[in-house]
Amino acid sequence: MIPELGHFAIVLALCLAVGQTLVPAVGLLRRNPVWISVAQPAATGQFIFVLLAYFALTQSFLVNDFSVAYVAHNSNTDLPTVYRVAAVWGAHEGSLLLWVLMLSLWTLAVATFSRNLPSDIRACVLSVMGAISVGFLLFMIFTSNPFERLLPAPEQGRDLNPLLQDPGLIIHPPMLYMGYVGFSVAFAFAIAALVSGKVDTAWTRWTRPWTTTAWLFLTFGITLGSWWAYRELGWGGWWFWDPVENASFMPWLVGTALIHSLAVTEKRGVFKSWTVLLAITAFSLSLLGTFLVRSGVLVSVHAFATDPARGVFILIFFAIVVGSSLLLYAWRAPSFTSRAEVRLLSREGLLLLNNVFLVVAAAAVFLGTLYPLVVDALKLGKISVGPPYFNTVFVPLTLPLVFLVGFAAVMRWKNNSPRQLLQRVGYLVPVAVILGVLFPWIALRSNSVVVSVALVLAFWAMTTAVADVFRWLKSGLGKSRQSRNIPLAIWGMNLAHFGLGVFVLGVTLTSAYSVERDVRLFPGESADIGNYAFRFDGVHEEAAANYDAQVGIITLFRASDEIATVRTEKRRYRAQGSVMTDAGVNARLDRDLYIALGEALDGGAWSLRLYYKPFVRCIWLGGFLMVLGGLLAVGDKRYRMKLRQRQDSVVDKNTLAAEA
Amino acid sequence: MRWGALVPLVFVALLIGLLAIGLSLDPREVPSPLIGKPAPDFVLPSLSAPETQISVSDLRGKVTLVNVWASWCVACREEHPLLMDLAGRNLLPIYGLNYKDERAEALAWLSRFGNPYTDSIYDAEGTAGLDWGVYGVPETFILDRHGRIRYKHIGAISASDLEHKLLPVIMELLGETG
Repeated sequence: MIPELGHFAIVLALCLAVGQTLVPAVGLLRRNPVWISVAQPAATGQFIFVLLAYFALTQSFLVNDFSVAYVAHNSNTDLPTVYRVAAVWGAHEGSLLLWVLMLSLWTLAVATFSRNLPSDIRACVLSVMGAISVGFLLFMIFTSNPFERLLPAPEQGRDLNPLLQDPGLIIHPPMLYMGYVGFSVAFAFAIAALVSGKVDTAWTRWTRPWTTTAWLFLTFGITLGSWWAYRELGWGGWWFWDPVENASFMPWLVGTALIHSLAVTEKRGVFKSWTVLLAITAFSLSLLGTFLVRSGVLVSVHAFATDPARGVFILIFFAIVVGSSLLLYAWRAPSFTSRAEVRLLSREGLLLLNNVFLVVAAAAVFLGTLYPLVVDALKLGKISVGPPYFNTVFVPLTLPLVFLVGFAAVMRWKNNSPRQLLQRVGYLVPVAVILGVLFPWIALRSNSVVVSVALVLAFWAMTTAVADVFRWLKSGLGKSRQSRNIPLAIWGMNLAHFGLGVFVLGVTLTSAYSVERDVRLFPGESADIGNYAFRFDGVHEEAAANYDAQVGIITLFRASDEIATVRTEKRRYRAQGSVMTDAGVNARLDRDLYIALGEALDGGAWSLRLYYKPFVRCIWLGGFLMVLGGLLAVGDKRYRMKLRQRQDSVVDKNTLAAEA
Repeated sequence: MRWGALVPLVFVALLIGLLAIGLSLDPREVPSPLIGKPAPDFVLPSLSAPETQISVSDLRGKVTLVNVWASWCVACREEHPLLMDLAGRNLLPIYGLNYKDERAEALAWLSRFGNPYTDSIYDAEGTAGLDWGVYGVPETFILDRHGRIRYKHIGAISASDLEHKLLPVIMELLGETG
């Protein structure tokens, strides 16, 4: 009964989504305010019904209703409750439901928090979001119904993929989807801009917080995914250039470019059609990611069960959404003109360069991801493009970006002279150089030219961000309390840029100085990496709710002082008999000691893989700092202005000058 | 309209074309290294009669289908009616490779849903499965008269797989002489 209610709720949500798309659109054409106003209640209703469906599926998991095929495939009576709740999004159908839930949540948020938008823009935005929702609901109902019955019901379910039985899974996909789906808001705003023919300060102000919010969720999701892969895959790696990772990384790169180009469009009124194109592209790449993951055209560790009908459906949907929006773009974008010129030594020039690097980086990832498909389609054989390509292409594209970041705070709009720039940040160059060269020596007693270059850039990004905050604090001295407050957007920008520096530092030191050892140890024996000794204390068996584990105990020493005891597990999940490693990690900000249990060898010895990974934590710390920066930026009071926005839409030259 | 503004559209049209071609290709259709090779050897007990040993030589002399299954495998239940249907046509012997299963549960499963298998090989440890390159249950192999693996299907068989992929191979092999 409950699954049927869930199914019915989805159908009702579809009806409301159709209404949300068509009625306001017709209302806009006929200038009928009543029809236009339908968008908001329809969005609310749609959210409620999708939420009901979502609860229905969760309930089926909680009561182990194996007559629902999706539950039978992805759960088991022995599965711990928390994973039964998370199993809802553990495979294709349910994750699609989560996706639709997120989309309706974003739609509801737009409907609720943008009451001060002109009603025609708001109706247009909600109508576009409704159309996207229609597509996904149809997709779910026709090709991927999570409520499909399996009769007679099996007595036991197949269990959730053991790889996914990890705390990382509980939050990683929802955050990632919030990001993916969130770009639909920027997309809908872009379409509204094309329809209305207006890209003005007011439009960018409405679009910016939504885009930044989507971006921060995506950043959070990707960071969590990297952390999960590190712990759960047992290879000690944190990024694999897997097609599905790339599918999330491409929208991130373009989304990052979009955030920056929106800033230019808001403040200087240039790059209008470019910004609109980026907004369309970011969401198109999210859709493309969905296609790549769910159609099975590429081989990946993440790929969902594949079904050609699904691929065809998403491809048609992709063609309709992206094709029609780009057609609209080709028709309307040429009317966005701006007379302002852009100089290289200006903030807009800097951000243009930033955009070029980010978009080229995204294109490089795109090429590497799709190249195997191109080769296959042209019947030239089957190949896979691996990390060597991506690292070779990507690193040279990212390092200049880190250099540019250092000027973010001090480059003024319109025009700067090289001397001014030198005055403002020149003194930080020797600081960054000294820190960059000395840091590896002090922390790791080693250095090389490549490491120094990357670290100088990392410290450049960090010190310029810190210096900017101090500059604001200093300029606030002696002023009134009101004007002494640093805008949250400034905190946000500097924190995110600081995070980028931390990230680069982590990536550089981990890549350059990680040590990996494969050893064979009898209980009681030790192996060393540098100063650290790993003593193997044997393996014992343990049983958990749904798996049996062989637990290896390792005692860690640093220069003969005991520092920790670590468990490293090899689990055999009973339902499917699959074996997973759960690596033992002793983590500190400046290094991880990572132990993966291998095989039992003759005579009681075990093979073990030991890693020493310096500063690997900084990779994720950098990601989380960027997320925090995004959060602060969204909280900036500029975006909380309610009534003033309408006045602002007539571009107010005075505020522009003041904010510059 | 400026022509430059059409560039993204053209690009996406090309991309969609590429993806459409990609859909018709199967990246997983990596030819199994075992195709055309003799099926790897094993000696394992029969599921129904533990004292009887089955070895790979029992599969020779006839075109044979080997289906890897387990009672814990939900996808096996989806393809099960098709195997029953195929067994009913009496075209060829169907052997089950009962993979990492409990004997009692496997037998109960067969008595509940029906037994399409001439016999099932009881591979509790998954050793034969490992040699045969099984990477997920269910999988289906077709062997020719000489005991060589000629076709491998990964995942549950659908009605269309049976009609358009498996049966043509079976018919072709049955037609081969010698």
